[in-house]
Amino acid sequence: MADHEHHHEETFITKYIFSQDHKMIAKQFLLTGMFMGVIGVIMSAFFRLQLAWPDKGFPILETFLGKWAPDGVMDPNIYLALVTIHGTIMVFFVLTAGLSGTFSNLLIPLQIGARDMASGFLNMLSYWFFFLSSLVMIISLFVESGPAAAGWTIYPPLSALPQAMPGSGLGMTLWLVSMSLFIVSALLGGLNYIVTIINLRTKGMSMTRLPLTMWAFFVTAILGVLSFPVLLSASLLLIFDRSFGTAFYLSDIMIQGEILTQTGGSPILFQHLFWFLGHPEVYIILLPALGITSEVISTNARKPIFGYRAMVGSILAIAFLSFIVWGHHMFMTGMNPFLGSVFTFTTLLIAIPSAVKVFNYLTTLWKANIQFTPAMLFSIGLVSTFISGGLTGLILGDSALDINVHDTYFVTAHFHIVMGLSAIFGMFAGVYHWFPKMYGRMMNKSLGYAHFWITFIAAYGVFYPMHFLGLAGLPRRYYSNTAFPMFDDLVEINELISVFAILGVIAQLIFFFNFFYSIFRGRKASQNPWRSNTMEWTTPVERIHGNWPGEIPTVHRWAYDYSKPGMDEDFVLQTTPLKDGEEEAH
Amino acid sequence: MTTFLTYFIVALAVIGLVQIVRIFELATKLRGEQEIGVTEKENHFNGLAMLIVGIGFVLFVAYSFKLWGYLLLPESASEHGAAIKGLWDATMYLILFVFFVTQPLLFWFSYKYRGRKGNQALYQTHNNKLEVLWTSVPAVVLTGLIVYGLNTWNSVMMPDTSKANVMEVYAQQFYWTARYAGNDNSLGEANYTLIGGVNTLGVDINDTASFDDIVVREIHLPVNQQVLMKFRSQDVIHSAYLPHFGVQMNCVPGMNTQFAFTPIKTTVEMRNELGDDEFDYVLLCNKICGAAHYNMQIKVVVETQEEYEAWLQEQETFDSLITSK
Repeated sequence: MADHEHHHEETFITKYIFSQDHKMIAKQFLLTGMFMGVIGVIMSAFFRLQLAWPDKGFPILETFLGKWAPDGVMDPNIYLALVTIHGTIMVFFVLTAGLSGTFSNLLIPLQIGARDMASGFLNMLSYWFFFLSSLVMIISLFVESGPAAAGWTIYPPLSALPQAMPGSGLGMTLWLVSMSLFIVSALLGGLNYIVTIINLRTKGMSMTRLPLTMWAFFVTAILGVLSFPVLLSASLLLIFDRSFGTAFYLSDIMIQGEILTQTGGSPILFQHLFWFLGHPEVYIILLPALGITSEVISTNARKPIFGYRAMVGSILAIAFLSFIVWGHHMFMTGMNPFLGSVFTFTTLLIAIPSAVKVFNYLTTLWKANIQFTPAMLFSIGLVSTFISGGLTGLILGDSALDINVHDTYFVTAHFHIVMGLSAIFGMFAGVYHWFPKMYGRMMNKSLGYAHFWITFIAAYGVFYPMHFLGLAGLPRRYYSNTAFPMFDDLVEINELISVFAILGVIAQLIFFFNFFYSIFRGRKASQNPWRSNTMEWTTPVERIHGNWPGEIPTVHRWAYDYSKPGMDEDFVLQTTPLKDGEEEAH
Repeated sequence: MTTFLTYFIVALAVIGLVQIVRIFELATKLRGEQEIGVTEKENHFNGLAMLIVGIGFVLFVAYSFKLWGYLLLPESASEHGAAIKGLWDATMYLILFVFFVTQPLLFWFSYKYRGRKGNQALYQTHNNKLEVLWTSVPAVVLTGLIVYGLNTWNSVMMPDTSKANVMEVYAQQFYWTARYAGNDNSLGEANYTLIGGVNTLGVDINDTASFDDIVVREIHLPVNQQVLMKFRSQDVIHSAYLPHFGVQMNCVPGMNTQFAFTPIKTTVEMRNELGDDEFDYVLLCNKICGAAHYNMQIKVVVETQEEYEAWLQEQETFDSLITSK
């Protein structure tokens, strides 16, 4: 990459549509992810209406759902479709592509000191596969028999047999096509991230000087590359079972009075394949969020991240363990109890590196000089939700205790807090923090504060009480709980949750307003508005192609020299050479 | 017309909001706060909010057990429930201890170390002793928890079932059917290809063990007598969940699963305990299985041995069911 100063003129199409610039691709991922997020979140508001007031009609439901909600009362099939698509969109489109796609693309070249990704072309393809995948998923919402409805985990035979539910017709086929495209996108992106981090680090940027965001994105990409192909094969086999009469997952079935000819397959095989991706997927979502917060917390605490090496070690430990715990989603499938013991053992071990991370965050805040930017608030929010949600994992990961709470609202509460909230808080932190790098302007702080506080309170208001629903024995994915007298007491809590949910949804309008307003009207950003150490803040505000106008600077130190005694300022850029006699400590 | 008006009002509101924010931003600029960083006032406000909201949240969590405690399932009505409860309590105490230490610390630090002019953060990169401490302490505690958990799991999942009453629970969209093994305590072979007419479970009429089987739409269990429930499914995956007994097992087409447990409280005793004359035990579906998943249930009655035998006597055996039709 010799001379970047006179590259050929960019047309509108090469600059904004089929761009190969990582910064533009990052924005494309972010905007598409946000768009999908709006759909996913509105769906959750709809089914919260149903859950809290099952006997009432809401005209808005009829407006949006048409024949699926006559007189504004939801049909059970569309309820299941809504929870399915909500889960799919939030897990994959928002928190995988929207979070990892955005920030890996934006930050990897900028923080390691590279002109762009290793392959700009593959990077562009990665986005467009994601775009196609989103498009197919959206189209699936409009088919006659309704979108996929077997839960985001799409367990066969329910998902394999159109006779079992309307959502397992064309909607399910499109779901599988969409996911296959999505996986192609994730693999293209992931390979690119790995290659870029290994090969394109600037002079002096050794692996042990990488900011924690880079470590998190790097390990996330490895997780994705190793586990997504397994989901792709699971999806392909399911497509075969559905369309070509094979029997990978089907055996001994009679449905709607018809005896199916498929024998010899196992529905449990699908679950093994699904969760072999599905569990690493949790960390594909969570690790980037933890990486982002490590960076944001250190910067705004004006203090080095405590225990850098331990933080890297715990990322690696979590990633390794995440591959050998998938069976804890399957304790109740009738698998050999001995196998259950093994998965209990490996699962509970994850608590150790997680605890290390929490203690290190807490110690980083100790004796800090905290600057409460909106990004910092969301990062502290993440630490809180990571603790709250992580702790209940000790119950669900323990097979003996899981017997009674498996598949209840306790699970819903647990994973929404530890994975959903933590990751979305990490994503918000990232957007507020790197907005100046994306658009050259600042987001409005006061709106950011309002956004955080309402969201934080509403989020706990939704998911904390949900634990009690689970402890009362209420299964998840119930269209209504009116069929059981034992659940009559739960009405009030359900209403409370829905009120907080709607409040939380409305609070996001503040964010959207702030985001789009600031793109056009926000205050102009300075080069290093957060007085941060990492390399992206040495690039010009104008965000040029190739990132640095001249030579790429050399790195001389780690990323966390905040408030170092003997320095002129409370931050030292990674590109600043060590002073005479100064020791590089970490 | 109303739709148009709604859009119009929303558009006006957005424009208004843009202008208001614009004015605020310009005013900030005029006041000369060109510093993009956070002001001391903002740090103070957010630090204080962290303290108030955070501590409020932690206090609410403590209070919630009192407020919503009545919602929790009553003490388990099965023998293995006690073993699980011991593990549950130990885990809960651990969770609550960690929660009530770490969360208040997080919010307290956020408040205490909020940024102030002239403040200097401590330059501290790592401390090996501390890190070894908080890696090894969780490791030791978790080892204990794992050993305790595995022992409990093994005792619950692999009990001696040689003296258990054998029965079958059969799942299909969207109801449950129960089959009792009869006097020989042995279920007749069954196969989905044999389903037809009154033989809704596909029981093999040529298997002599099937003659005294009893097929019913209600589950009755004698108290203090171990039952070995075997599960099959006809169409998709279902899950048999008996919340009051701490029992759950998936029902998978093409596969046999089972769960053995001993009920220790009759329905009547449970009604008295809860002060609810209408109370009934229930087995419900806990794996998404289609549109009526939310209403897939079967009543469970726990009664004395005599009541149970009397009830069983009244039911029709499989061979008389087949021959009478």
